[in-house]
Amino acid sequence: MKLRKALSHIFLIFISIISIGPFIWLLSTAIKSPDENIFQYPPNFIPESPTLINFIDVWNKVPFDAYIINSFIVAIFTIILNLVLSALAAYPLARMNFKGKNFIFYAILATIMIPFQVIMIPVYLMVLRLGMVDSVSNIAGFAGLILPFAVNAFGIFLMRQAFLGIPKELEEAAVIDGCNTFDIWWRIFIPLTKPALATLAIFTFVGAWSEFLWPSIVLTKQEMYTLPVGLTHLQGVFSANWRYIAAGAIMSIIPILALFLALQRYFISGTTQGAVKG
Amino acid sequence: MIRHYKPFVPYLFLIPAGIVLLVFFFIPFFESFLLSFQSYRHNIYSPEWVGLANYVELFSSPVFYKTMINTFIYLVVAVPVLVVLPLIIAIFVNQKLRGVSIYRTLIYIPVIVSIVVAGIAWKWLYASNGILNYIISLLNLPAIGWLTDPNVALYSVIVVTVWKGIGYYMVIYMAALTAVPRDLYEAADIDGANEVHKHIAVTIPYLKPTIALVSIISSISAMKVFVEIYVMTNGGPMNASKTIVYYIYQRAFENLELGYASAAGVVLLIIVMILSIINMKFFEGDKTAQIV
Repeated sequence: MKLRKALSHIFLIFISIISIGPFIWLLSTAIKSPDENIFQYPPNFIPESPTLINFIDVWNKVPFDAYIINSFIVAIFTIILNLVLSALAAYPLARMNFKGKNFIFYAILATIMIPFQVIMIPVYLMVLRLGMVDSVSNIAGFAGLILPFAVNAFGIFLMRQAFLGIPKELEEAAVIDGCNTFDIWWRIFIPLTKPALATLAIFTFVGAWSEFLWPSIVLTKQEMYTLPVGLTHLQGVFSANWRYIAAGAIMSIIPILALFLALQRYFISGTTQGAVKG
Repeated sequence: MIRHYKPFVPYLFLIPAGIVLLVFFFIPFFESFLLSFQSYRHNIYSPEWVGLANYVELFSSPVFYKTMINTFIYLVVAVPVLVVLPLIIAIFVNQKLRGVSIYRTLIYIPVIVSIVVAGIAWKWLYASNGILNYIISLLNLPAIGWLTDPNVALYSVIVVTVWKGIGYYMVIYMAALTAVPRDLYEAADIDGANEVHKHIAVTIPYLKPTIALVSIISSISAMKVFVEIYVMTNGGPMNASKTIVYYIYQRAFENLELGYASAAGVVLLIIVMILSIINMKFFEGDKTAQIV
């Protein structure tokens, strides 16, 4: 029994090291001073004289603050839109009878089967046609960045599932008290499904914060770059300077890491509910 | 139930999401087929109708075949590992063990970090005079061109995709494991089964729907890999690590051959559809459907 536990620990420590080792090495490189040889053998995990100079340099040499602000703008608006649109669409799907309900249900379900990579070209043309690109204006650029991801089937089904769990009696009581349909949605369904909304918000944040493919397609102005696009740009500019690249990468993961460590259980529960997302 | 709404009210609730899905999903979806019959090469603003020419060109392009083969290798290497390894890890972190929640947290971290950062971190490990080649040198082996050797680059990128996916699938398995009835294990104990046999006899049959789900999700995501390749190899050296989505991206947004790239997109769509169907048939579709 004891041996079994010891072997389990060894195995899990090994997997844990593989999981976070690459980030630790990146952090170690980011805080090494310009005088220290980052290629030396054997590699030095603990820097001789740790410094923040690389972070400061990156901050001064590329508009890193703009990348962070842009990423937050995109994430926040994507979250708000997803919460509102998913919760609205989920209500009739969970609680009302109407013509075409099955058709709409399966149409939404079908969107799960089609990867974005398959339709990204026509989506790009659509955004161009609608003038939602950063060459028109920054606001138009943000619209083109955010709106294609304003709602998805995962969010709608997550909220529908949450709404299905609310007792019918509550709804009936509200009708007798004279609430209209919108009131019932806003005063009963929304407050009672806060955990589902929190899960959806977190997942939307993680997705929006790390999204690279779409922003790399639509963005043309450097001041509009989000963090992942900014990082690949930085990688191109400082191709040989691994201290700077590492410093930029480390800075970009701090917000998401802090969020994860604070709200871990939502991440875990959301993963299992979101397994449909594909 | 009292009917408290007028007949048009359900549609009011559906309209905002409906507009977004219509404009940014359904219209583009149907347009992607139309685009594949057009050419944007002469003028990006007025495409011309070329019939099946894009498909003919696609299927006579050696680079396209190369990307298809690479994507297939991705599939057959990454998917089995992502189905099996996270299950083993999930069984380990599902025990009563001191500090087990810390292990779970650490193993999940690669999932939440952006794939751009993950690609950068691994590119640094893979550097020609980087840490992995140091470990190799300790074993008295010659340095490996992880991202520069055409025979190795694709596998180096696959490692990153797998590494980033382990925590995600582990959590899916963890949730399924809590649903396995305890008394089944106790019965196996009485029969004198050892740990490994217990899991083969009890866990795996019970988790079949979850295994199906994981194989579907991981094979579809293997078909979509792009960012790790973009960050680490740019599809090189000599197309050695170029996959189908990278090919579509490059032809569409670097060469502006939107019609030709759309034809490749339609091929990708068909492959993804076939994969989902095979996967569901293979693992008895009814059970999978229940989970989804």
